[in-house]
Amino acid sequence: MRTPVFLAICLAVAAAVYAAAVGVGNDYVFFAGYVILQYIVLSTAWNILGGYCGYVNFGSAAFFALGAYSTVATYKLIETQELPHVVPLPVLMLIGGVVSGIVGFGMGYLTLRLRGAFFAIATLALAVVLQTLIVNWDFVGGSRGAYVLRPEDLPLIGPYIRYLFLVMLLLAVAALVIARLIERSRLGYGFATIRDDELAAEASGVPTLRLKLIATTISGALMGMAGAPFPYYIGYLQPASTFGLDYAVNSIAMPLIGGTTSWVGPLIGTILLGSLQQIVTVTISSAVNLLVVGVILVAFVILAPNGIIGLVHHYWQRKPEDFVGRRHVETDAPGAVP
Amino acid sequence: MTVTGRLLEVDNLSKRFGGFVALENISLSVAPGERLGLIGPNGSGKSTLVNCICGTLHNEAGTVRFDGRTVDGLAAHQRTHLGLARSFQLPRPFVSLNLIDNIRIPLLYTVAVRGKHHGADEVEARCVDLLREVGLDAKATRLPRDLTQVEMRKLELARAMAAEPKLLIADEAMAGLTHSEVEDILALLVRLNEQGVTVILIEHIMRAVMSFSLRLVVLVSGRKIADGDPNEVMRDPEVERAYLGQ
Amino acid sequence: MIFSFDLLINAVLSGILIGGFYAAVTAGVSLSFGILDIVNIAHPAFIILGSYVAYIVNTTLGVDPILTAVIMLPAFYVLGTGIYQVYYVSFEKRGQESLRGLAFFFGLLFITEVSLVLYFGVDYRYVEASYIGPTWHFGTIDMPLRILVPCVVSLLLIAVLQLVLSKTFIGRAIMAVAQDQLALRLMAVDPIRIKRIAFGISIATASLAGAFLIIIQPVEPSVGRDYIGRVFAICVLGGMSSLPGTVIAAMMIGIVESLTATFYGPSWAPAVSFGFLLLTLAVRPAGLLGR
Repeated sequence: MRTPVFLAICLAVAAAVYAAAVGVGNDYVFFAGYVILQYIVLSTAWNILGGYCGYVNFGSAAFFALGAYSTVATYKLIETQELPHVVPLPVLMLIGGVVSGIVGFGMGYLTLRLRGAFFAIATLALAVVLQTLIVNWDFVGGSRGAYVLRPEDLPLIGPYIRYLFLVMLLLAVAALVIARLIERSRLGYGFATIRDDELAAEASGVPTLRLKLIATTISGALMGMAGAPFPYYIGYLQPASTFGLDYAVNSIAMPLIGGTTSWVGPLIGTILLGSLQQIVTVTISSAVNLLVVGVILVAFVILAPNGIIGLVHHYWQRKPEDFVGRRHVETDAPGAVP
Repeated sequence: MTVTGRLLEVDNLSKRFGGFVALENISLSVAPGERLGLIGPNGSGKSTLVNCICGTLHNEAGTVRFDGRTVDGLAAHQRTHLGLARSFQLPRPFVSLNLIDNIRIPLLYTVAVRGKHHGADEVEARCVDLLREVGLDAKATRLPRDLTQVEMRKLELARAMAAEPKLLIADEAMAGLTHSEVEDILALLVRLNEQGVTVILIEHIMRAVMSFSLRLVVLVSGRKIADGDPNEVMRDPEVERAYLGQ
Repeated sequence: MIFSFDLLINAVLSGILIGGFYAAVTAGVSLSFGILDIVNIAHPAFIILGSYVAYIVNTTLGVDPILTAVIMLPAFYVLGTGIYQVYYVSFEKRGQESLRGLAFFFGLLFITEVSLVLYFGVDYRYVEASYIGPTWHFGTIDMPLRILVPCVVSLLLIAVLQLVLSKTFIGRAIMAVAQDQLALRLMAVDPIRIKRIAFGISIATASLAGAFLIIIQPVEPSVGRDYIGRVFAICVLGGMSSLPGTVIAAMMIGIVESLTATFYGPSWAPAVSFGFLLLTLAVRPAGLLGR
């Protein structure tokens, strides 16, 4: 299936989802749905570096929070300078994406020459360093937090939450299309060789460091874009929860549970795990919810390492790697994809 | 090609691992179109030498020049782009890709970089052709884990060939092969050489090395102890000692 | 920022003492990561577990925390061997330790922390012991006993570990397994068994480290997260598998943290060790006394 067709299908599905949400008539759907869409972006972004390249990022929260705090910084800047207009949300997302992308590139440049394990540990360190910097930066509220006023209702759409939902819906579509495009391109092959055997990849002519930097940058940028609207969603932003470990766990658990070899995995994992979490949080408690996530993660990693994709193929008698192996390379011209 | 006419020049190359000296002042050169055999007991440093030449390992001392360029400091993938290719002694296939895709990687990332554009079908056909040359076309859509050890060695060789190198280093590609399989691989390497590819053959199968090599280099305990005509080298007393005595 | 010489000396001294404690915390990771090459980021969670065990026994039976930890050593050892067995069968054997092994330990970290929150809540817990209150004074120098005692016992622990690793057969086998598994097998020693023992010892040290922690400061479940970075920073800085290196690196980080907290404020302290880690990884991954 060519990419434009896939994009069209995704947009159609997105339109249907939005229409259904409006049809329910209760704005709670938008609030809950926003979280799931946000995690679709986060887990898809994580998977580009983690599933495709094999480099684990424990600091998803950092990139997400950077996006959120870029928005807060912009918001405060406008407030203090008494500038008239509110910056449109897509622009804020772009800013968040750029900031996170740059940080992702920088961190990658420092650590990607090392083994995967060191990179993973470095991402943990990065998250804490960034959190400490934000906590000590009074302009964005420091540890007291920052209040962000949600704009008023918009014409045509209605409550602002619907607009947030719509924007996140489009970002989710974008993330899935990007992931699928990468997967099926020369870049995707390169990523797979990095995951399988970096030395052999280098010997075959794959510029591993460059590709890893590309993956880190794209992954970080997408996470930053997912974080940019968050202050408007939550209204009150605080470092402790924004940099919280649940973002890290979820963006790792969802792809691992769904399956890391393709764009479908994070999508399935997010929808299943995300829905489960909403149910558990509402019926039992949010602490038990986190415990459930942890247990499911460990169980899947031990028992079903290829995730749900793997289980499905196992029961349909095909191996998941065959699914990946039969790629269709869409672009061959060297200039098209680096 | 260099002023001196050598394709590969290694000058006083040394490599240590902590306190252990793996290679000491190795100097050798290879002319374009040559067929060089490299032999030595296990642990003598042959693979380490290959790793240093190809950039997988970093040598502390000495210089490597390939095709007139000093390649010290160049990453392994850059050396491959220049025309240096090698197979690994212990096969390192891309385990999540099928055989065709394993061969596709050097085509996408090395051959394409040199400016040769191929359509998707052409690339696929080339992959199958390469697999056929090593006798693996029947398993083209299978995964490396479905291969025997011997088949994985053949895949290694095919993948190195796919990079369309000027110099191919075959590191123990024939271990475990039957008599006729050895003949097949030898014939393949000779064919490659006749097409202009310089070949360094690292092997323990002596009759293969002797029949293939125009020149023989012997490595023992990280030092080069002989370099010259294969028959003369084999008569060298020091070489005899390395293989029979001690 | 008021600068005074007394403040400086006390900050440095405090850093050294804390550093001794950090060394004990890191010793387990030097074993699991430095020697066995297992990235057990859940190690701090086991330390917190040790803290809570000491807390329970201390509040119900009034037993000294360090004594509790020593008694609990076998239990933690068994826990460690069990975890290694699962890790080996699920990941090491299949060659998937990089992605899935990391996710596994991350999951364990999470499960442990959240379970503790569910059971004990987020209140800070502390223990009672005779040496927790008093402080020794030498002129302007203050040495709180609650830090001094754990520091001394930590250094003792490290010394014992070092002796075990260099003088006993098991200890030397552990060092050997990092270098040459084949040679070990040829000596009729099962490398998997050795690794299991080593990992068991690694988790056992967490029992003691946990007791030290709750003596030094009140503990609640998320405290472990601060230690993830510290532990790996010290391990890498100290050269991965070298215990003496660990001690030096630990004291260095302890001193820098202490100075930062004293002169810049405690809200900057978490960034110190993590920042150190990033710097070390970027500049000299082999550590100060590196391999």
